[in-house]
Order: sequence, then structure tokens, then C-alpha cells
Amino acid sequence: MASLNDYLLVSGLLFAIGLAGVIIRSNIIVIFMCLELMLAAASLTLVAFSRFNVSSNGLPDYDGQVFVFFIITVAAAEVAVGLAIIVALYRARQTINVEDLTSMRG
Amino acid sequence: MHTIAWLILGLPLLSATCIHLGFKRNQGLSTLIATSSALITLILSLVILGNGKDTSTAFSWVGAMGEHFKGIEIGLRIDQLSRGMLIVVTGVGFLVHLFSLTYMKDDRAKARYFCGLSLFMFSMTGIVLASNFIMMFIFWELVGLSSYLLIGHWYQKPSAADASKKAFLTNRIGDFGFMIGILMLWGITGTVTFSELELWSATPAPFNSTYLGIALLCIFAGAVGKSAQAPLHVWLPDAMEGPTPVSALIHAATMVAAGVYMLARFFTSVDLEIIAFAPQTIAWIGGITSLLAALMATQQDDIKKILAYSTLSQLGYMVMAVGLLNAQAGVFHLFTHAWFKALLFLGSGAVIYACHHEQNIWKMGGLRKKMPLTFLTFTIGTLALMGFPLTAGFFSKEQILEAALHQSTPLFVMAAIVATLTTFYMGRLLLVAFLGENRSKNSHHAKEVGALMLIPLVTLSVLAVISGYPFVASALSPLYDHVDFHFGPAFWASLTALVVGGGFAFTFYRNAETDPLSDKKIALVFRNKFYVDELYAQIVRFGQDCVAAIVHFIDELIIGGLIVGGCSRAAEGFGKLFGRLQSGNLHGYATLFGLGVILLIYITVFVP
Amino acid sequence: MDQFLFYLFGFLALGGGLLLVGFRNPVSSALSMVVSFIGLAGLFIGLNAYFVGIVQILVYAGAIMVLFIFIIMLLDLNNEKPFQFRSATILGGLAIPLLFAIQVLGVIQKGPAEHSEKFPLITEETLQQAADGFALKSDGELLPASEQTAIYRSLAHQDSPKLPDTNLIGETIFKHYNMPLQIMGVLLLVATVGVVVLSKRSSKNANKQN
Repeated sequence: MASLNDYLLVSGLLFAIGLAGVIIRSNIIVIFMCLELMLAAASLTLVAFSRFNVSSNGLPDYDGQVFVFFIITVAAAEVAVGLAIIVALYRARQTINVEDLTSMRG
Repeated sequence: MHTIAWLILGLPLLSATCIHLGFKRNQGLSTLIATSSALITLILSLVILGNGKDTSTAFSWVGAMGEHFKGIEIGLRIDQLSRGMLIVVTGVGFLVHLFSLTYMKDDRAKARYFCGLSLFMFSMTGIVLASNFIMMFIFWELVGLSSYLLIGHWYQKPSAADASKKAFLTNRIGDFGFMIGILMLWGITGTVTFSELELWSATPAPFNSTYLGIALLCIFAGAVGKSAQAPLHVWLPDAMEGPTPVSALIHAATMVAAGVYMLARFFTSVDLEIIAFAPQTIAWIGGITSLLAALMATQQDDIKKILAYSTLSQLGYMVMAVGLLNAQAGVFHLFTHAWFKALLFLGSGAVIYACHHEQNIWKMGGLRKKMPLTFLTFTIGTLALMGFPLTAGFFSKEQILEAALHQSTPLFVMAAIVATLTTFYMGRLLLVAFLGENRSKNSHHAKEVGALMLIPLVTLSVLAVISGYPFVASALSPLYDHVDFHFGPAFWASLTALVVGGGFAFTFYRNAETDPLSDKKIALVFRNKFYVDELYAQIVRFGQDCVAAIVHFIDELIIGGLIVGGCSRAAEGFGKLFGRLQSGNLHGYATLFGLGVILLIYITVFVP
Repeated sequence: MDQFLFYLFGFLALGGGLLLVGFRNPVSSALSMVVSFIGLAGLFIGLNAYFVGIVQILVYAGAIMVLFIFIIMLLDLNNEKPFQFRSATILGGLAIPLLFAIQVLGVIQKGPAEHSEKFPLITEETLQQAADGFALKSDGELLPASEQTAIYRSLAHQDSPKLPDTNLIGETIFKHYNMPLQIMGVLLLVATVGVVVLSKRSSKNANKQN
């Protein structure tokens, strides 16, 4: 059996891996995936807290899981819109490499 | 009586309003309205003169303003001074209207012109009839306005537009002094009404006579502007850009005399023996003006300019007489001068009209044969101006010289020199323009003018002769102090001046083709009006440059450089600074974001 | 056994994540992300969160991953340029997650002692006890059989009582998070419309270009 700290550690490491991917990778789709990974890491934290925070009737506190449910929903919407934007971007620029997308240079 | 007085004031205003608002398109009707209103006011003035009672009427405009100060009234005052002046204004005014019918026949903006004349008649009768200084000041400004409008009648000509602007601005300087003077007088005496000033003068409350003197000098500044005394005389010669009848009416007979009239009003209301320094200053300014103007007149070529400078010189005479505490002599000269100077101007107008708007006397010549009647009337006017015995000018000038002789010898000498110079330059004008041979095509084709022009000329020439005699003067003149004529130094001085000036003029200009004196250096100074215009231009330019430099400094360095420029530079600098951060590189953003997260965690968790 | 499963799924999740970052080919990345999410779902199930675990697999591995693959195929991106990272990027990409991980360790270190304890297991007694809470009316009497909820019946099922977490989550959502749920619906609608508009506008532009 694992303790809450173990779950938090796994979640933190997963988040760090996602962050590293966002920083290192230059393919915008992969960056997007890494963002999803970070979201999922956060979900893991919430579920762990939900399970370890036992409510008065002895069952897990389901508020945390409801939160994860919402995160998944938002993530689905986000992915749909984000991918549509990526497609539009690709049509306009013929690239999805973030190193070529420097029009925001001040 | 009161109704008639209000009518005299109101009719020209009605006429001006009607023309301006209703009949601008209808040129014939406009001239008819303006001329008939001038005729009716003349008749009404004669009625008032015939009645001969002193009276006044007023209604309160601004209520009482405290213990010391009386309120302001709008009122009319009819006494000998205003009655006589009314005759001058409406008489000359009507004749000028009559003359203008022909002179402005072909002008396309005739309606505007007659509207201006009516407005001027309204303003001028307002000055004459005003019962207090505030009301006088209001009409004072109105004559300035109508003068501006009429000088700039031919505003298409840049010189006319400039001249009207110059006249207006120069007058503003004087008017500002006038206003301050009125306010000072109000502060000292508590009233601005002439009749109450008389009462105050009879039993003066304790006051500082220096203040009163300064107030008087400030009021005199108004007269300096309006009557074109040195150093504000520069506008009057330029004002000759206006139509010649306007010059006759406004810039010779009436408006420029308003300053003298106002001073006479003041001097007859308040006893000024106690503050001698102010009247003396006034007298000296008048004397100097008359001398300078006479010198300038000797070298002018434009017939109207010569007359303008002679007007300046004669106004100087009047002011000098008033300053010598002999307002009667000054106003008497104003009265006679109005007739013969109007005559001279209208005569010159006739000449200019006949010569197809040629104004240079050296291009005229020989007009005696072409225009005999005009020549005759012009000669009468000239003789009157010279002070030839038995003309009107002789009597009035005599009185001024007499006054000067009794009060101050230097001023008497100055006046005698001016009389000599007057004879000289008027003789020059007459000899060059009317005698000799035709010197240009325009003068060759000149014809005698029509009856409508000759009627005013003849009328005025009659008045120019008879208005000086006691039987006429005592009836018509605004102020007249009958002095028995005697063969004193004044008579001899004036006779000598006549002979010497006339002799010189005859010597130099008989059959002259060009001006024999124009080579002389001193003549150049006269011709260029002592470079006063240039001096003013320099002063104004210097002042403007100074102000401009200061404004430029403030604008460029403080506003432009520090405030506006500083803001923009600061914004630009910050923009550049933060623009550096905007690398456009997503990795950079992500790195910074990660750093931010780490910092946030560090601060929230690990900082105690 | 439990401990082993935790390590297995934890390893799957972390390894999948590392592979996601490491693979050059986006399709491989996407597949390794599926692996990572399967590991995560295992962890969820280990935490008795069966519903969330299943939804995680359904939505991520089923729907979102298909979308990703579909877009990758659509844009024909299977050959990414060879890595030409600047060293600064690599440095940042390694140092910052490392710093973050260290901080997570520090946070865990600072946490209260009971965080290192195991969670209490859900036994039949626990379920029975919890069922009572759902069976009583407000006056303390037992509900008649016709009015007994599915949660109660599932909790108190005499033969094999089990945790009805789907029902419990549903109850929480509809009882306490109804308003956010409505908003979520609107958000999904907006996302749908947004995607339609985005793709439509780009097609218009394409027409113009043609």
C-alpha cells in the first residue's frame, strides 16, 4: 500500500516531465500533449487527496473526484479548440514548429 | 425734444439694421434708406438747434453700486457742445452721403458701404449725445468698428485690409488707456456722468490731485488713439486706403475729432487748474504732433496722404488748444476744420474720381482748366486751411495762436512754424495738382464732375468761408468764445506764415515737373514719416521675437521635451525594455513560466 | 500486491511521460502518452476511484488521443526535423523540472506526518456503516423498500456489498455542483461552435487563396 506522499511524488514527477517536454520540444502538438500530461498529473493529486480525506461516513470525499471529472471535460473541450487552432495555424504558416513562430517578437 | 434726440440716435441704427438684414441685395433701396436717414437726422438736428434749450434724459442701466458709486445710465445730454457737434456730424454726414451717391456709383458692394456709413452715423451721434463716460466709451468702440469696416471696404486689396487692421489695433491701445482712465475717474469721483462731474468739481471732496492727473492722462490716451496724436498717429495716413468720402467723413471731419470733443467735454465739466501737469502734457503732445505731421506732409505725393497729414497737424492744433485750457478755441477750430477739411477731401475725391483713381499729384496737373468749379472750391478749402484772412480757418487758428501766446511761448513758436508749413504744403498741393500742365493721360481726360458731387462741394465751400464769422459761429459752433479781433502778435505771426510759406511754395513748385526738394536728405526723412512705422515694426518684431523665443523655449523644451517628449520617451523606453522580453520564442516563455511557478512555490511554502 | 501494483502503474505513468518527451516522432509520442494515461488510470483504480479511472481511459485514450493522431496524420507530420535545440533550451528544460521536482520533495517533507500513512481500507463493515446514512429518514426511521436508493441497495447488498462510486459522484455533482455542471455544458457548446467557426473561416480563406 502506498501512502499519500508516494502519490504526490508520482504526480509531481509527472508534472515535471510534462514541464520539461513543454520547454524542450518544438513540435506544437507534442507540447500540447505534454500540457495534457501536466493536467493529468494534477488530476492524480486530486484523486489521491479525495481518497485519503475520508469523510464522516467512512467513504472517500467525492468532491475531489468531481473536480477531476470537470478537468477531463474542460481538457476535452480545450483539446478540440486547440487542435482546431493548430490546424488553422498550419494552414496559414505551413509550419507547427514553435521556433518558426516568432511573430510576437517585440 | 427728448423724442427727437432719441430719434436722431435711433434712425441711423434702424437704417443700418434694415440694410444689413433686409436690403443687402437691393443696392438702390439701400442707398436711398441710408441717405434719407442722414437727411432726416440733419433736419432733426437743426430742429434741436433751433429749439436751443439745454436738457438731458436718462434711464438707469446698471443700478446703484454702493455708497460711493453712482450707477450707470444710458442718457442723452443736449447742450451747446453737443448741439453744435451734432450739426457738424449730421451736416458733413449728409453731404458725404450725397457725394457718395456718385462716387460709389459703380461699386458692387454699395449696400455694405452705406450700411457702414449708417452704422458710423449712429455711433458718432452716440458719442456726441452721450451723457456719461461709459456710454461714450461704448460708442467710442462702435466708431472704431465702423471705421474698421469702412477702411476695409475694399478688403480685396491687401493694403486696405492691412490698413483697417492697423487702425483698429492702434485704436485698441488708446482705448485701453481710455478705459483705465474712466475707471480711475470713477474711483476718484464716484460718478461717470458729466453733469455730476460738474457738481463734484464745484465742491470737490478731498482727493489726490496726482491720481486725477493720471486718470486724465489715461483718458487722454483714448483721444491719442482716436484723434491720431503722436505716438499713435500711424494709423490715420494708412486709413486713406478707404473710399475718399469715408476719409472725408470719418478721418477728417468727425471721428478723429471725437478725441478733441471728448477732451472738451471733460475740460468743461471739471475744473483742472489744480493739476496743471496733465493739461500741459496734453498741450505738448498736441504741439509736437502738429509739427511732425506738418513736416511729413511736405514730402508726400499722394493727394489723400497730404490731406491726412494736414488733418493730423490740425488735430494737433486742437489738442494743443484744449491742453492750454482753452477748449473754446480748440472746439471752434474743430468746427471750422470739419467743414473745410471735408471740403478738401471731397474735392480730392472729385479729382480722384475724374482722374480714374489716380492719386499721385505729380501725375495730375492742369486740372484748373478741366474742372474749374472743383478747382474753385478746392482753392477755397485750401485758403481756409492756410488761415487766409477772412476765411473760417483764419479766425479759429487766430484763437489758438492767441491761446498759445498767452500760455507758453515755445508752443506759440511751434504753432507759427506749423502754420508756415501748412501754407507751404497746401500751396505745393494746389500748384502741382491744379496748375501747370497735364502730366498724365488720366489727368488729360479729366472732366468736371456731376451736379450731385458739386452740391456738397459748393455747400461746404460756403461754410468754409462763413463758419468763422461770429454771427454764424455763435449760432452753430459747439463752443464759441467771442474774442474781439485785434492786430496783435498772433495776427502778424499768421500773416507772416502765410507769406513765407506761400512764397516758398511758389518758388519751388511753380511749373515744377518733379519735386525739386526730394533729393535732400532731410526730405527723405520727412517722406519716410520719420521712420516711425519702421521703428514700430522693429519694436513689435522685437517684442514678438522675445515672446516667441520664450514660447518656443517652453513649447520645445519644457512641454515638447520634458512633458510630452518625456512621456513618449519613457513609454518608448519601457516598451523597448519589455519588448526585449517578448522574444517570440515559446521556449523562452515556457522557461519563464516555469521559473515563476518555482518562485511561487518557494515563496508560499519555504519562506517562513 | 497492492504495493507492487502501485509501483507498476507509477512506473508506467512516468515511463510513458518520459517516452512522450523523448520520442522524435509525434505518433510515437502520442502512443506513449496512451501508455502514461493507462498507468494513471491504474493508479486511480488503486485509489478506489473506478469511475474516474475508466473515464480517464475512455476520454483520453479513446477520444483525445484519436484526435491527436488524426491531426498528426492530417498535417502529415510524422517526420519532425532532427533536433536542433539550442543548449540554453535544453538547460532550461532540464533544470527547471529538476528544481520543481526538488521542491515537490521539499513540500512532501514538510507535510504532516499522517501523509505517510496508508489509507483505511474499505471493508464490508465500512460499507454497511455508510449504508445506514443513506437508509434513514430524517426522523430516524428506516426507509421502506420501495424508496430505497440505488446507492443504499448497492452499499447494503447482503451478498457482495460494493462501492457505488459512480452513483456517489453523480449524487455529489447533481446535489452540490449543479451550477458548475450547467456551465460546463455551456463551455462544451462554446467549444463546439468555436471549433466550427475556426475551421470554417480557414476554409473560406483557402477559397480566397484559390
